[in-house]
Amino acid sequence: MNTLIQVAYLVAAVLFIVGLKQLSSPKGARNGNLIAAVGMVIALVATIPLLHFTTAGVIIIAIGILIGAAVGAIGARMVKMTAIPQMVALFNGVGGGAAALVAVAELLRFGTHPAFAEAFPSVFSIVIGSISFAGSMIAFAKLQELMTGTPITYPGQQIVNGLLAAAILGFVVAVLAVASIPFSFISLMVLALVLGIAFVLPIGGADMPVVISLLNAFTGLAVAASGFTLNNFALIVAGTLVGASGSILTKLMSDAMGRSLGNVLFGAFGQTRTGAAAAAGGKEGRSVRSGSAEDIGTLLAYSQRVIIVPGYGLAVAQAQHAARELAELLEKRGVEVTYAIHPVAGRMPGHMNVLLAEANVPYEQLKEMDEINDEFKNADVALIVGANDVVNPSARNAPGSPIYGMPILNADQAKNIIFMKRSMRPGFAGIDNDLMYDPKTLMFFGDAKDSLTKLVAAVKAA
Amino acid sequence: MSNELLNEVTFFVLSIFVGIEVISKVPTILHTPLMSGTNAIHGIILVGAIVIAAGANSPVTIILGLVAVTLATTNVVGGFVVTDRMLEMFKGRQTTRPAEPAARTK
Repeated sequence: MNTLIQVAYLVAAVLFIVGLKQLSSPKGARNGNLIAAVGMVIALVATIPLLHFTTAGVIIIAIGILIGAAVGAIGARMVKMTAIPQMVALFNGVGGGAAALVAVAELLRFGTHPAFAEAFPSVFSIVIGSISFAGSMIAFAKLQELMTGTPITYPGQQIVNGLLAAAILGFVVAVLAVASIPFSFISLMVLALVLGIAFVLPIGGADMPVVISLLNAFTGLAVAASGFTLNNFALIVAGTLVGASGSILTKLMSDAMGRSLGNVLFGAFGQTRTGAAAAAGGKEGRSVRSGSAEDIGTLLAYSQRVIIVPGYGLAVAQAQHAARELAELLEKRGVEVTYAIHPVAGRMPGHMNVLLAEANVPYEQLKEMDEINDEFKNADVALIVGANDVVNPSARNAPGSPIYGMPILNADQAKNIIFMKRSMRPGFAGIDNDLMYDPKTLMFFGDAKDSLTKLVAAVKAA
Repeated sequence: MSNELLNEVTFFVLSIFVGIEVISKVPTILHTPLMSGTNAIHGIILVGAIVIAAGANSPVTIILGLVAVTLATTNVVGGFVVTDRMLEMFKGRQTTRPAEPAARTK
């Protein structure tokens, strides 16, 4: 390979590493992203002189880039902040799909009996890329609420998944040892797509961020494998970087939820049924109290300490500005207001920080879970705005619950709990929340933004 | 093992360590942007897609190339743009924060 191209790839690799490093600190994050993008452009431009283009090749590359750039840019620009998690899933999935297709094209070119060193990374890329593609699409559908966010389980599910994996392994051996024919590797691709779907179905919507992160690492590895097939240094380095850092990030994310990765991926099996049954049994005969805006406004206005617990409902209703307005109003009256940010509040870690930062909520008021959990018992009011699972006491005391073991915010220890919610509908994990039935809890139903606006008016009047 | 393969394996192994090292300590608020940023970086598969598309000369390779380039470009462009959008928010906080308390005490 041409020296100049190698040097360009080296520069690109360095820029990716520097970019990643910058992305992991709040100050340099945005620059880090730009640096990585520059690396990408360098790698792309450097590749072009290497190639012999057919006319058809030039045309399809131009069309593909035009369509892809338009879809990517418009999609990423137009998407609402609340929908960003599923956008990431989508962009991850298409990358995995591309890696699988590149490997298919290479296998076609290699002929029936390719060298092991070329065939092995190709089949690896097909399998992992396809799993990532299909799994990401399911994650997208769950987050976009095109399908239910609750875990989908059926008897014998693990056996079916095991058989799928075994069949994939069989075709891998067939391609490598017998003959690399289109029938074999197309079957491989189809089976891997099915496994990708089957793998994500039993995972609850609330765990999707971890799954997306894992599939992101998968795509990285598939890309690295395609790099081995194409003997392309840039693909190997960049793909492996993502594979490794993505794996670590996945672990960090499941750690933040206080769960092992195995529990996130396979926790639904055998647990949901007992959890749901327990919740259903407990629900009957219990009543909830709901309060008027005036009651709650007065309660807030005469409190000393209020802790706001934001959740996905706040994001959906775009209520972050209303929340800040209420907090400022209370502070003017001498009430101490802080925000308790659960690491996985919203649909992604950091989701709440981003939204509240957008509303110019002072950074010092945002407290992470460990920092604030001991403060709830001193708080007069825990004001829960569209959060649910992250304050669900089942995580602490119901071993059958799918979220059992997840650290939660101790909102139940506050003297009063205001639970602002659209309805009694269970949260994203699909389970009932005992906190709603707590005698200290006042429900306040409605869209988070409307409700907060009403509370602002009520506090002004109090 | 051929020399080229040996080189590739070397890059692969070293990249694993670099990837792990670079991410070791990240605040929770950056998990999502970081995931999204790494997501954009694996869009490097566009290089591979262009390599296979360049020599396309049969209906099958033309379709494979076209779809691969389209998907990979979506990954690259969407990935970087969406990450930038997320991080835009962090910048907003830093520039407006000093002005905020002053405005409130009035």
